[in-house]
Amino acid sequence: MANIATTYDDDLLIKELGYNDHFHDHHHGDKYQSGFISHYIFSMDHKVIARQFLITGIIWAIIGAAMSVVFRLQLGFPEESLAWLKPVLGKWIVIDPTGIGTLAPEFYYALVTMHGTILVFFVLTAGLSGTFSNLLIPLQLGARDMASPFLNMLSYWFFFLAGIIMFYSLFLSTGPFSGGWTAYPPLSALPQASTGSGTGMTLWLVSLTLFVVSVLLGGINYITTVLNLRTKGMSLWRMPLTIWAFFTTAIIGVLSFPVLASGFFMLMMDRGLGTSFFLSEIFIEGQALDRVGGSPVLYQHLFWFLGHPEVYIIILPAMGLVSEVLSVHARKPIFGYRAMVYSMLAIGFLSFIVWAHHMFMSGVNPFISNFFVVFTLIIAVPSAVKVFNWITTLYGGNIRLNTPMLFSIGFVSMFISGGLTGVFLGNSTIDIQMHDTYFVVAHFHIVMGVAAFFGMFAGIYHWYPKMYSRFMNETLGKIHFWGTIIGAYAIFWPMHFIGMAGVPRRYYSFDTFDAFKHFSGMNQFITIAAILVFFVQLIFVINFFYSIWKGKKMTTKNPWDATTLEWTTPIEPIHGNWPGNLPTVHRWAYDYNKDEREFVSQIVPLEEGEIGDH
Amino acid sequence: MDSVAMEETKRKGINPHKFALWLGMGSIIMMFTGWTSAYIVKHAAGNWLEFGLPSMFYASTVTIILSSVALHLSYVGYKKQRELMYKGLLVLAFILGVTFVVMQYQGWMQLFDMGVDFKANVAGSFTYLITAAHAVHVLGGIAAIIVAMIHAFTLKFRYTEKRKNRFELVLQYWHFVDLLWIYLLLFMLNTK
Repeated sequence: MANIATTYDDDLLIKELGYNDHFHDHHHGDKYQSGFISHYIFSMDHKVIARQFLITGIIWAIIGAAMSVVFRLQLGFPEESLAWLKPVLGKWIVIDPTGIGTLAPEFYYALVTMHGTILVFFVLTAGLSGTFSNLLIPLQLGARDMASPFLNMLSYWFFFLAGIIMFYSLFLSTGPFSGGWTAYPPLSALPQASTGSGTGMTLWLVSLTLFVVSVLLGGINYITTVLNLRTKGMSLWRMPLTIWAFFTTAIIGVLSFPVLASGFFMLMMDRGLGTSFFLSEIFIEGQALDRVGGSPVLYQHLFWFLGHPEVYIIILPAMGLVSEVLSVHARKPIFGYRAMVYSMLAIGFLSFIVWAHHMFMSGVNPFISNFFVVFTLIIAVPSAVKVFNWITTLYGGNIRLNTPMLFSIGFVSMFISGGLTGVFLGNSTIDIQMHDTYFVVAHFHIVMGVAAFFGMFAGIYHWYPKMYSRFMNETLGKIHFWGTIIGAYAIFWPMHFIGMAGVPRRYYSFDTFDAFKHFSGMNQFITIAAILVFFVQLIFVINFFYSIWKGKKMTTKNPWDATTLEWTTPIEPIHGNWPGNLPTVHRWAYDYNKDEREFVSQIVPLEEGEIGDH
Repeated sequence: MDSVAMEETKRKGINPHKFALWLGMGSIIMMFTGWTSAYIVKHAAGNWLEFGLPSMFYASTVTIILSSVALHLSYVGYKKQRELMYKGLLVLAFILGVTFVVMQYQGWMQLFDMGVDFKANVAGSFTYLITAAHAVHVLGGIAAIIVAMIHAFTLKFRYTEKRKNRFELVLQYWHFVDLLWIYLLLFMLNTK
């Protein structure tokens, strides 16, 4: 035992010090891997499910991003003919007698709505936390799989079904839902309110209800696994920050998504059964609607009670991934581990009591707004703690500037830029000018859109070897990074100025607004940047799929010299993760450059006299 | 894996499936919190139709409590390995559970006869919505009891940890929908 600490072998350590729990023993034993369908399609292996979430997320991201390119073309070049899009968009491109094709306004709104829905729910919720919670929770905790692999499989397939229904709605003759991703009534409650409010909205509701089921099944599994299936020695305070992030995310999801569901059910009743929860005093199609007593603001409360926690459901996993990647590639322990955990928990708690800052201008009582302003601004405190700790982790580190590290640093940059504008928007008085302008668009795209993508990219490049036993191409990765960070700032930085001038979001065209005429150049610049960034993302997609089959092979189990447990599993992943015993854990996850040792894996016992943990 | 091996390697602490069930209950509670909060807000906003709850809702309350008690005693019977008590009370709990749903339906009919329409006033809409959503969760519990009955009547009677754990999952969920109903009834009585 004495010499283990200096020169050790992972397999030997796990064999000698590990143990076996029989929680995941199967009746059918090793037959599990035999069938193609049970292995690749209806798989109950968390690593396969993670990749299913990721690839489905990538497909949705391409669709959602392509939509943004189309509506950016309309915003940047409203005079140009879009006739060349006719083969793809069909009747939604209206061609006038002179051959000029224009985007149908109702489809513009549908594109904006779908872009938001797809990116927020399908890409940055399912594609991000679905992928990495599945991949890393069992691997980093030393578990053979999730608490319930069956529910885990259902979680993916509910997401898949939700996706199929949403995808189908894109091809309706009346188009998909077009009332904004928040689906406020009355546009969402009255089928006759707009073209997308009929079947499009019905499918939107069905799809997202199934999506809620998916999130709940996933979240319940993640929480249970974290609390019950940690290996020996893996106390809560020894968990990597990734796990803390997924754990907090799952708790937020399990508590907030059901409230969205309750709002959805009421909306369905208003649509189909004639109730008036959200409808009152409406004139439509020339006559008064016979519904009284409802309130659209009630829906907004129910929606944003999920909607605000949702943005933390998106950003917290990215924060966790970035914390881990920064520490590994700076070869330094994460600065302020406990502060990081407490700040995540604080963000998680505060996320539940700030929802009405989305509704300052919706007619809520201004005195109540004060309450929400205060708590919104308090979120800056734990956020600043995290930013400070990331920067201090980098300070004096032995930094490897590879692609995952670049994306992690990019995340910190984006989070600061986008976070600062949040301080402005959190004030209900400034919000009178800023609400519903491009300033808001710029703020949330940078802080939870681009930043979350950067966290996701960092995670993909870093854990790709764990997913496919190969590496992604480093040169293409760097091109991807620099193209994305420069391009993303080029898209969203100018939007702040446009927004401060009062240009409203979601408008189809500004032809009739003389005050906004001089922004047409800036809008063109943004559109060109958006197109370039879109093509840079295709480099990533090509790199991703090419590397699955042709990437550089992984030759050692632990290519990054990381301390966490996933790098002690075999290069070729197996069902059950560890071939023999499960590893036992003897120290925290961040022993880098400790006592003259470059890094010390969590499975290495403490030496005599060594002070453990932190 | 057989029960002996399961016994030897039983994990410390609570069973993960049970814990997952509790989290599921937590999310169900959040959904009902959404509705009851909306109920309070709308009630405070006025334009609220005042009406008493139908008498059937009180009778159904007694039924679901009896059903809970029956299922609990059935569980006790299983643990004490009294086969007849276990099976008999399990069937009784099932019958009482189905009766509860039927009585809820009768309650809605009474409510309608009292002039409380599903659409006319949001007070009525909420009452139907909340009670119906609860009934759907009871149906889920009835489905679980049916599975428990299939186990009880097709498998050879034997006491095992695994079957006890499974039974506990059904039992806890059944108590949960019972308590949820009592809460909802008291809530609706107090916010009238």
